[in-house]
Amino acid sequence: MKILVCISKTPDTTAKIAFTDNNTKFAQDGVQWIINPYDEWYALVRAIELKEKDPSIVLHLVTVGAADTEPIIRKALALGGDEAIRVNAESHDSYYIASQIAEVARQGGYDLIFTGRETIDYNGASIGGMVAELLDMPYIPLATKFELNGTTATITREIEGGEEICEVPLPLVVSCQKGMAEQRIPNMKGIMSARTKPLKVVEPTAADTLTAIAGFGLPPAKAGVKLVPADNPAELVRLLHEEAKVI
Amino acid sequence: MSVLIFIDQAEGHIKKASYEAMSYGAKLAAQLGVQAEGVVLGAAKEDLAALGKYGVQKIHHVNNEALNHFDAQVFTKVIAQVVEKTGAQVVVFSNNVDGKGIAPRLAARLKAGLVPGAVALPETGNGFVVKKNVFSGKAFANIAVNTPIKIIALNPNSFKPEEGSGTAEVVAFNATVDAPKVKVTSTNKVSGEVPLSEASIVVSGGRGLKGPENWGLIEDLAKALGAATACSRPVADVHWRPHHEHVGQTGLAIAPDLYIAVGISGAIQHLAGVNRSKVIVVINKDPEAPFFKAADYGIVGDAFEVVPKITEAVKKLKGIA
Repeated sequence: MKILVCISKTPDTTAKIAFTDNNTKFAQDGVQWIINPYDEWYALVRAIELKEKDPSIVLHLVTVGAADTEPIIRKALALGGDEAIRVNAESHDSYYIASQIAEVARQGGYDLIFTGRETIDYNGASIGGMVAELLDMPYIPLATKFELNGTTATITREIEGGEEICEVPLPLVVSCQKGMAEQRIPNMKGIMSARTKPLKVVEPTAADTLTAIAGFGLPPAKAGVKLVPADNPAELVRLLHEEAKVI
Repeated sequence: MSVLIFIDQAEGHIKKASYEAMSYGAKLAAQLGVQAEGVVLGAAKEDLAALGKYGVQKIHHVNNEALNHFDAQVFTKVIAQVVEKTGAQVVVFSNNVDGKGIAPRLAARLKAGLVPGAVALPETGNGFVVKKNVFSGKAFANIAVNTPIKIIALNPNSFKPEEGSGTAEVVAFNATVDAPKVKVTSTNKVSGEVPLSEASIVVSGGRGLKGPENWGLIEDLAKALGAATACSRPVADVHWRPHHEHVGQTGLAIAPDLYIAVGISGAIQHLAGVNRSKVIVVINKDPEAPFFKAADYGIVGDAFEVVPKITEAVKKLKGIA
């Protein structure tokens, strides 16, 4: 059994969002980078739990990025996983990135591919689906629970107002979100062992870019809060009804 | 040439998000001077011809029982056939739970540029540029799509459905349908409640409520408003409320018309999940709570005193006192 977990580098959740170069590039100055939380807390930790239960599982991590993503992938390896693969390419186009991951997956012959539900920077939620299509595998998006029974997975996914439970044969691709696993903090042993785990760098395969970022913008600032006295909450209801017209 | 809209159903009923996608797709079709067409997969319990009211002129119905349950792989192959047959140049999805499964697959299959999480109609004067949310709602990006076929997944609650008049022509579409690999074994729905992702009003509670036994406060107000209930991450983490109610950066991102936050301080990670709400009301006893900076209306006060009074005023307004 081989599992591949897709890891992405994102700005920290508290990073200041600003743009440079005439609003075409994210301002990276002073930004702390982290493992995309969905990739780390849910996809990676669930894969590590599966490996803890069945040590014969081979767990690989993959990222698509320049050399500056290596500290992030080492951090991920400190949590767990046997080795990592970095595809040496940078792109903001999901099809290009998915094509790279699909190629790594083809070479490695994985039974299970996990992604986070989306990255917290581009909020695309599309890499898992694209990889699944490129590999012609089933795809379960927004999974909240995952159990393996031999070569079949039992997966719970989010649906409107509830959840759906399904059984799917391997190989398959799953996008993971809250519920899959609990956040972990790497321990010293993990951090030390991550330094010597293999981190392979592969060159990208030829792939098209289907979209481009024309520019960024920030939403208009709020006009400021209108405070209603605590002894007159009925006034709030009047404002919501007559002024904001939302109730 | 057409705009093709995927009309997503749950158990044969059309989802709210599909009405938004239809209205959006119809507006886009008018903008491009082409026909708006829809595709429905699986058995339908509603009158599809009546969807003409939302501007859809023709509906391709693939009524095959293998499509009664969602399987992104199978659905994608069927929609690809409809795209090919109709020569659709734009395919519109809702960026909902199913759209997130199919839209990226279809994009890869057709090598069509995808804009997931669109929040506005495309600019088509010079190229094809679509605005989408990025950085969890803290910014937006304009995405240029450079392929002959374009795919847009519209964020739920970002486009108001418009009802007009008209009847759609419903045609049976004969597609090759693979046997699904995904076997749905059960569905658990929280009955009688408004689904959080579709709710136009959401009442949310945080640690300020002190314990799960006090949630009646939130539920009563939500009931009076016909709203869904939600919570902050710490509340879900200590299991006061189920995980599926957690809104924020790592939980659900929502964009209701009205978001009422009770006893939530407004950490930046929480704001990332709710900052697309049209109107935000914050009720907190700490006047320094950062959430007030992101709010439209606020009350500095004790939730246990203020919220029941709001509930009463809402009931009075709605004549249910």
